[in-house]
Amino acid sequence: MISPDILTDNWDLYLEGIRNTLSASLLALAGSFILGVIVAIMRITSFRLLNILGAVYVEFFRNIPLLLVVYIFFLGLPALGLTLNGFISGTLGLMVYTSAYIAEAVRAGIQSVPIGQTEAARSSGLTYTQTMRHVVLPQAVKIVIPPITNQFLNLVKNSSILSVVSGFDLMYFGDIVNSYTYDTVSSYAFVAVFYLILTIPLSIASNALERRLLRSG
Amino acid sequence: MDFTSAYSRDNLSFLLEGFGLTLWLALLAIIFSFVLGCVLGIIRYAKVPVLSPIVGLFVELVRNLPLLLLIFFARFGLPELGVSLPPFWAAITALTLFEAAMIAEIVRSGLNSVDKGWVEAARSSGLSYGQTLQQIILPIGLRRMVPPIVSQFISLLKDTSLTVVITLGEMMHHANIVMGQNSRIVFPILLLVAFMYFIVNYVLSLFARRLEARQT
Amino acid sequence: MMDRAGRLPLLGILLLITMLIAAGCGGNNKAGNGNAEPSNAPSAEPGNDAEAGSDTVLSQITERDKLIAGVKFDTKLFGLKDPGSGNVEGFDIDIAKAIAKKLLGDETKLELKEVTSKTRMPMLNNGEIDLIVATMTVTDERKKEVDFSEIYFNAGQSLLVKKGSAIRGLDDVTKDTKVVGVKGATSIKNIEDKVEGLRVQQFENYQEAFNALKAGQGDVLTTDNAILYGMTKQDSNYEVVGGTFTDEPYGIAIKKGQADLVTAVNEVIAELKSSGEYDRIYEKWIGEKPETKQ
Repeated sequence: MISPDILTDNWDLYLEGIRNTLSASLLALAGSFILGVIVAIMRITSFRLLNILGAVYVEFFRNIPLLLVVYIFFLGLPALGLTLNGFISGTLGLMVYTSAYIAEAVRAGIQSVPIGQTEAARSSGLTYTQTMRHVVLPQAVKIVIPPITNQFLNLVKNSSILSVVSGFDLMYFGDIVNSYTYDTVSSYAFVAVFYLILTIPLSIASNALERRLLRSG
Repeated sequence: MDFTSAYSRDNLSFLLEGFGLTLWLALLAIIFSFVLGCVLGIIRYAKVPVLSPIVGLFVELVRNLPLLLLIFFARFGLPELGVSLPPFWAAITALTLFEAAMIAEIVRSGLNSVDKGWVEAARSSGLSYGQTLQQIILPIGLRRMVPPIVSQFISLLKDTSLTVVITLGEMMHHANIVMGQNSRIVFPILLLVAFMYFIVNYVLSLFARRLEARQT
Repeated sequence: MMDRAGRLPLLGILLLITMLIAAGCGGNNKAGNGNAEPSNAPSAEPGNDAEAGSDTVLSQITERDKLIAGVKFDTKLFGLKDPGSGNVEGFDIDIAKAIAKKLLGDETKLELKEVTSKTRMPMLNNGEIDLIVATMTVTDERKKEVDFSEIYFNAGQSLLVKKGSAIRGLDDVTKDTKVVGVKGATSIKNIEDKVEGLRVQQFENYQEAFNALKAGQGDVLTTDNAILYGMTKQDSNYEVVGGTFTDEPYGIAIKKGQADLVTAVNEVIAELKSSGEYDRIYEKWIGEKPETKQ
C-alpha cells in the first residue's frame, strides 16, 4: 500500500521541504514570541491608548483565518507596493497570527499573579521594573510556558499554510511528489511521518510541562 | 485601490454565497465533531482496556498532524483506498476528525480536573462507576469544558478556509475568483473577507467569555 | 492535565513512525540489490480493472438520465463560473452540452462538476464524474491511467507576462526568472525540462496562480495559450508572448475500459466538425476561425 520508493526517489524534495518547514517554524516562533510579549505589555500598561491598540490587535488576528493573514502579506501588500515571496509571506503571516495567541497567554500569566503581591513589593520599596522582574515575571513564566509550548506545536502544524502560497515547505513538496507520481497515499504518508517527527516531541514536552505545573501548583 | 468596483452587487452576492457554504461547512462539522469528540474523550478518560489506548492513539495521531494534510488526504488519498467521497463530504470528514481529536482532549482534561475526592465520595456512598460518571463527573466537568469548546468552534470556522485547496466554492475560493478581476480590488476584498469572518467569530468569542464569567 | 496513561499513545505513534521508517529503509535495500523495477506500476493497476463489471459508465449515464462532466470553473473561455449569474460557460461547456444532447437527447441533462488539473484524474477514476472536458492535454503518461477521445482542440504552451515586460519569449526565461504555474499540469514539467535549473512556483488552480502573477509574485505565468488568452481578456494589462513551444492537444478523458462511451464521444466530435457547429463554437469563444489543418 505504501511504496517506499516514493520516499527514496524524491528524498531531496522531502528534505528541502523539511528544511523550509523547520526554518519557517523557528523564525515564526522567535518572532511571534517577541511580538506576543510586546502586545501583552501593551495590554497591561496604564496607557489607555496602548491597551486599546493591543486589544484590537489580539481580537483581530484571533478571529480571522490564518490563510487570510497570509493572503494579506502575499496578495495584499503588493497592492501597497511591497512584494514578499511565498516563504516570507507565509512565515510573517504565521508569526503575526501566532503572536496574538501568545500575547493572550502572556497577559493571562502576568495577571494571574495576585495584585496583593505587587502592592506588597511596591510598598516595601521596589520600583515597578524591580517588582516585575523579581516578583511578577518569575511566577508568570511558570504559568505561561505550557500554553506557549502548545502554541508552538500549533505553529509547526500551521506552517503547512506555506504550501498554499508556494512557500516550498514540507506540505508543498509532498503535494508536488503526489502530482508527479500519482501515488497519493504514499506521498502523503511520508509527509505525515515527517510532521509527526517534528510535532510529537513538542507534544510530549507540552504535556510534561503541564503535569509539572499541576503538581507544583 | 478601488472600493466601489470591489463592493459591486455581483461581487457581494458572490462572496455571500461563498460565506454561506463556509457557515454550512462549519455548522455540520461542529455538530459531528462535538458528538465524536465527547465520545472519544469519555472513552479515553474511562480507561477501558484495549478501547481507550486505541482511541488515545487515534487522538494523538490526528492532533499532531496539520489539518491541511488531512484535507488533502481525505480528498485525494481516500479514493485510492477505495473510499471515495464527494469533495464537500471529504472536507467535512477531515474537519470533523481533526476537531473531534481536539475536543476529545478538552473533554478528557475537563473530566480529569474534577476533584478526585468527589469521585471517591460518590463511589463510597454506593454509586456505581457509570452512575458516578453520569451524575457527578460529567455535570461538573462539562461546565468547565464549555469555554474551551466554544473557542475550538471558532478555530473550526476559521479552519474551513483551508478547504480552498480542494476548490469547494467556500468563502476563500470565491474571494480568489473575485480578486482575479482586477488588481486594484485585491486589498478591499481581503478587508471585506476579514470583516465577515471577524464578525461571526467575535460574536462567538463574546459568547464564550460570558459563559466563562458566569462560572467564576 | 495529562496523566501517565496519556503518554502511552504518544509512544505508540513513535513506534509506528519507527516501523514506517524501517519499512522505508527495508524497501530501499530491496531496490538496491534487486533490479530497478518501476514500482509505481503495480499501484496504478488495481484501480483500473477493479471496475470491470457489467455496469458500464454509459449505461449509468442513461439510467440516471444525466451526464456528469468534470469541467474547469476558473478558466476563462473554456470553463468559467460567472460571479454574477452563477452559470458556468465556455468552450468545454459547449462540447459537454453537445455530448449530453447526443447521449440523452437534451443538452440540459448535464451536471457540471468543478475539477482542477490535480483533481480531475482521481475524480474520474473513482466515478464522481463520467468524463473530463477540462483543457486536458493528451499525453502517453496519462494514457496509462485513462482513455482519451479524438483531439477536440489544439493548444500549445506559451507565456503570459505583464505588458512591457522584458520577457518576449522562452529564450528570455532563465533559471532565475520567477515562473508561476499550476500543480499537476504538464506545462510545469515542459518548462522545467527546457530551462535548466528553473523552479516553477506551483499553485492549486489557475485563479490562484494568476492572482499571484498579478501581485508581482512571478514574472511569467506558463500554461496552454488557450487558457492564457482567457486571462488577457480578464485583465488587458497582460499579454501572451513568444508563440507556442509545445503542442498540447486536448482530448476528453474517459475511464479505462469504457470503449462504448469513447466511441459515442468520438461520434459527437466528428458530427460537430462536419456540421460546422464546431467552427461556430470555436469562433464564439476564441474569437477566430480554427486553423484548417486536420
